[in-house]
Amino acid sequence: MTEPPFLFLPRERFQALLDTLAAQGFHCTGPRLHDGTIVYAELAQANQLPRGVRDRQAPGEYRIEAGADARCFAWANGAQGLKPYLFAPQEVLWQAERHAGQTQFHETLPEARPIAFIGARACDLAALALQDAHFLQQAYVDPYYARRRENLFIVAVDCGHPAATCFCVSTGDGPAASAGYDIALAELEEGYVARAGNARGQGVLEQLALAPASAVQLDSATRQNQQAVSVQTRQLPSRNLHDVLFAQLEHPRWEEVAERCLSCGNCTSVCPTCFCHKEQEQPQLDGTRSEHVREWDSCFTQGHSYIHGIVVRSETKFRYRQWLTHKLGSWHEQYGRSGCVGCGRCITWCPVGIDLTEEVAAICGDANE
Amino acid sequence: MNNPYLPWEAEVVERVQESDSIFTLRLRLTDPEARNHYHFVPGQFNMVYLYGVGEVAISIVSDPESDALLDHTIRAVGRVTHGLARLQAGERVGVRGPFGRGWPMALAEGRDVFIVTGGLGCAPVVGVINYVLARRARFGRICIVQGVKHAEDMIWRERYAEWSAHPDVQVLLAAEHGGVLWPWHVGLATELFDQAVVEPSRTIVMMCGPEGMMRAAAKGLMQRGIAPAEIYLSMERNMQCGVGHCGHCQFGGSFICRNGPVYRYSEVQALLGVKGF
Repeated sequence: MTEPPFLFLPRERFQALLDTLAAQGFHCTGPRLHDGTIVYAELAQANQLPRGVRDRQAPGEYRIEAGADARCFAWANGAQGLKPYLFAPQEVLWQAERHAGQTQFHETLPEARPIAFIGARACDLAALALQDAHFLQQAYVDPYYARRRENLFIVAVDCGHPAATCFCVSTGDGPAASAGYDIALAELEEGYVARAGNARGQGVLEQLALAPASAVQLDSATRQNQQAVSVQTRQLPSRNLHDVLFAQLEHPRWEEVAERCLSCGNCTSVCPTCFCHKEQEQPQLDGTRSEHVREWDSCFTQGHSYIHGIVVRSETKFRYRQWLTHKLGSWHEQYGRSGCVGCGRCITWCPVGIDLTEEVAAICGDANE
Repeated sequence: MNNPYLPWEAEVVERVQESDSIFTLRLRLTDPEARNHYHFVPGQFNMVYLYGVGEVAISIVSDPESDALLDHTIRAVGRVTHGLARLQAGERVGVRGPFGRGWPMALAEGRDVFIVTGGLGCAPVVGVINYVLARRARFGRICIVQGVKHAEDMIWRERYAEWSAHPDVQVLLAAEHGGVLWPWHVGLATELFDQAVVEPSRTIVMMCGPEGMMRAAAKGLMQRGIAPAEIYLSMERNMQCGVGHCGHCQFGGSFICRNGPVYRYSEVQALLGVKGF
């Protein structure tokens, strides 16, 4: 076995990558600057990429700034990641129709639209593996997720500019992509060091007829990655906090954080691993048809724990405790690892700037004393 | 691909009013092929769909072998169950299931069966009681203990009388607040355990009801020599998908809809009755 070769994709040939993927039937989707934030959207042209854009993130804060160079991926993830492309924020699962006293059910599977997702980060690939485990690898397969997942091509980009809120080094998930991609790129000043993750990615790279990356370019990519590792300051005390957290269910910090937490569910909306969803009914006004819809839900809502007239988690402290003990604790029982991939989105997008790493330190710190 | 979210159509064959707010829907899948493939065990549940309103998780109380109808005993308490309460024979609903892990009926054969229920939530064990009484010779002694808060919460008085008429079946009832017409014990169900005529070494326990009650009951039963591994209970949480995807029923690391709803006591002991889980 030999290492897959490292090739070099000059910046001006990025369009050729998009064209090759498009020629294979993929709809390219990638990062674009929109309303002062980086979002993923249709990407037909390389010049639609957020060139020379930087971001500044802090608890409860996200700002786009201008950079001085031509780099297109020199920012950390915005609020959106891969998740909505596979686990739709809202979708119709089936329709019920009523005729002559009978009811018929019709499934409404999504259109199988092949997507090439450009710019996935290591944290989102780790999250994707967890969503796959949840929706595809248990006793029941989710056919809606499966349909979208089958048609996904991933071009990952190693993260060279983690935000201040990032802690993927601590969770072991980044900043460089290590698995789960078809092609991975490391962005340099003049272009990209490219590597294939599988035969499909290899095939695309071969069509581009790229030259091997030079020793200087490889060295540059390595140093950039080391830099991305060293700038991260936030961390979790351990990759497995199951026992520590469940031993601290009565810690006073749960009350304290609940006084700040708005129970708004922003953290769960931006979390790339959160899988909760609710099912609800949208009947047509004429009464002949009703759509059964699922929609992302959050453990911070009152309805999440509702059962026959009772709300199990009536108070915010129970909801925050549920989210944290699940994310960092009981995920280990479910999927053999923590549900946190260190992307830091819950910190940035919390309107009151609650920092998960700080809460964990407060709750688990006392346990270690 | 088999779609676990898609219901089958079912017909309401009969509707039985059990009390002011409790009723039983006897359902039959309208597709003969679906009917042939449908098998369940006591303790499992279906997602029952009311057209234009939504789905709700309901345990199946009919006999898994002797009857083609699927009985669902329902208390009208929320939006969907109030709507289901208005259905009449001949109307159609949707059914998905069966879901979850049921009671360990095979393990219970030849053993004394101790059933504890509390509050109004006794539907999951009614299936067990019906199952055991229909196969009376295959089980040892049966003891059914039911506790309620107020005397008027006790439904199915005549059914208790019918059950206790079977050989070696003991029914013990308790209400925390009795009343002039309450002939049984006033106090907690756990206070009746000493009257139960079962042999602890060959007893299997099945419980459902409020978690605080089940916790106290498990403790009381263990003090009387019943092994913790022989105590089973059925859990309830918000269930929307039934297949372990939607996340609402999580109890610690367990998805109650898929890993439960029936658990061995030791599997849920740590968080049982802990407020907020």
